[in-house]
Amino acid sequence: MTIVRQPFFWIIAAIVAAFAAAPTIGNNIELRESLILAAVYISLASNINMILGYAGYVNFGSIVFFGLGGYICVWLMSSHAWPLAAALLAGGFSVSAVALVFGFGILRLRGVYFALSTIGVNGAVMAFVANFGPWGGSTGIYLSPALFQPLGGPAKALWVIYYLMIGVMGLSLYLSYFIKRSKFGVGLLAIGQNEDAAAVLGVPTPRYKAIVYSLSAFLPAIVGGLYFFKSAYIQPPDAFDLNLSTETIVVAMLGGQGTVVGPALGAFLYEELRGWLLTSPTFSHFQLVIAGVLLLAIVLFAPGGLMGLIYRLWPPLRKFLE
Amino acid sequence: MSTLLQVENLNKRFGGLRAVQALSFSLHEGSILGLIGPNGAGKSTVFNLINGVFAPDEGRIVLGGQDVTGEPPYRVARRGLARTHQIVQPFMNMTVLENCVVGACFGRENLALGRAREAAREAAVLVGLEDRLDTLASQLTIAGKKRLELARALAARPRLLLLDEVLAGLNPTEVERMIGIIRAIRARGVSILMIEHLMQAIMSLSDHIVVLNSGAKLAEGLPAEVANDPAVVEAYLGDPDLAAKLRAA
Repeated sequence: MTIVRQPFFWIIAAIVAAFAAAPTIGNNIELRESLILAAVYISLASNINMILGYAGYVNFGSIVFFGLGGYICVWLMSSHAWPLAAALLAGGFSVSAVALVFGFGILRLRGVYFALSTIGVNGAVMAFVANFGPWGGSTGIYLSPALFQPLGGPAKALWVIYYLMIGVMGLSLYLSYFIKRSKFGVGLLAIGQNEDAAAVLGVPTPRYKAIVYSLSAFLPAIVGGLYFFKSAYIQPPDAFDLNLSTETIVVAMLGGQGTVVGPALGAFLYEELRGWLLTSPTFSHFQLVIAGVLLLAIVLFAPGGLMGLIYRLWPPLRKFLE
Repeated sequence: MSTLLQVENLNKRFGGLRAVQALSFSLHEGSILGLIGPNGAGKSTVFNLINGVFAPDEGRIVLGGQDVTGEPPYRVARRGLARTHQIVQPFMNMTVLENCVVGACFGRENLALGRAREAAREAAVLVGLEDRLDTLASQLTIAGKKRLELARALAARPRLLLLDEVLAGLNPTEVERMIGIIRAIRARGVSILMIEHLMQAIMSLSDHIVVLNSGAKLAEGLPAEVANDPAVVEAYLGDPDLAAKLRAA
């Protein structure tokens, strides 16, 4: 339990507390809606960072976890009357299990081939869902407003969803922190730097890659469940939107892949920027253009992202901000 | 003395090239075995077969009484085999200590992170990198990277260490220092199989020498026997009597 004595453990706790407290001041609904989207991005970016930043595998199709988790949760609630918590967990565990099986297969591929295969997996799953009758095919699933009653009606349910999302965001940050501090994380970072050398040193590369792929699927699936429960409907193009996948990679790299706070910082800034652009009529959807330019700029000039710059400007921070 | 490594009738082809042909040899616990031969003789391929980078087409590799033929590198490493690469492959964005921690974590003893840090530090001290623990691997000189490569392998606390040209590219002072380090490693009971082009060094370090030529074993014996074997001299110099002529001249 030495990890509790690390300052960084408490930095994460403070971030989560700030998110939880901020919108309650003056019952600020607008801020809550902005922060819940930030929490979605932070959770997705932190999870993709475990495979992208630690193990060095570019997962372009990570959104498949979010979409599948959403579908499983929404379907269990609407067709089988499962309570929210059970449906969320069922989504998380089943998506993780599927990812483990897929992981052993597609993680034999490297570099560009792996990245392409993840897009393929997302596309295949989307095509399957769009033709899958029980999940409503291409029209998707609509949730009855009655499902919000157990949470105390729609207005209260939105607060419950908000706190659950903040909780998942906190878990995402802690998970990526614990992994980085563990022996498992040491093995992943070695794979990320030079996979062949890592294997020669004894890192069981196929198993480690499949496990991190599966772990990085668990919380995004729950985020998907919460997200689509909140919007009360789910359709294939929203659930498996590759744009969101790409944005997740951009924010992780913008903040600094391989660090714990970097993806969160990148996600937060990006979401605030996006929110601002969306409300401006001239620039709606302009965030995708900016995302493209940002990605180019990061790859060319700052491969370490924002955290890389911060570490360079103030090296002692390395010890406190993971 | 018991046999630690036994290689039996090893064969490996790459397309039409017979990289290794019917090679057999054994290495005794606690000894240093030198593997020499002209460029392209198949020495590095033999290393890659032993540690599982390639699976042999034929033959058997027995390490410490267990058949490890065709096992992936990470499993062979767990059984107590560590190696260095001819072209060093450090984790460039990790510090010296972090590099060694990877070796210690996943080596023979499968150490937990805390104990692995101790083993890593010990290994770094043994190769003389103790004042560079927090330096990024990418910032080391070539000699430094070679020592790091060795430290990382040692941190795994192996029973058998494969050294692929650790002396190549070093200046005479660095070579002296590296030879001292290799002797210190052997003194700790680690057996060594080494490839080296620097004849003087390998002749003085090895207990036993195997000479490869075109993938097959050309000669084997004590360093002095091998050095005077006309077939070996011919393989290296193209003329079996050249050495004698040079000596006479």
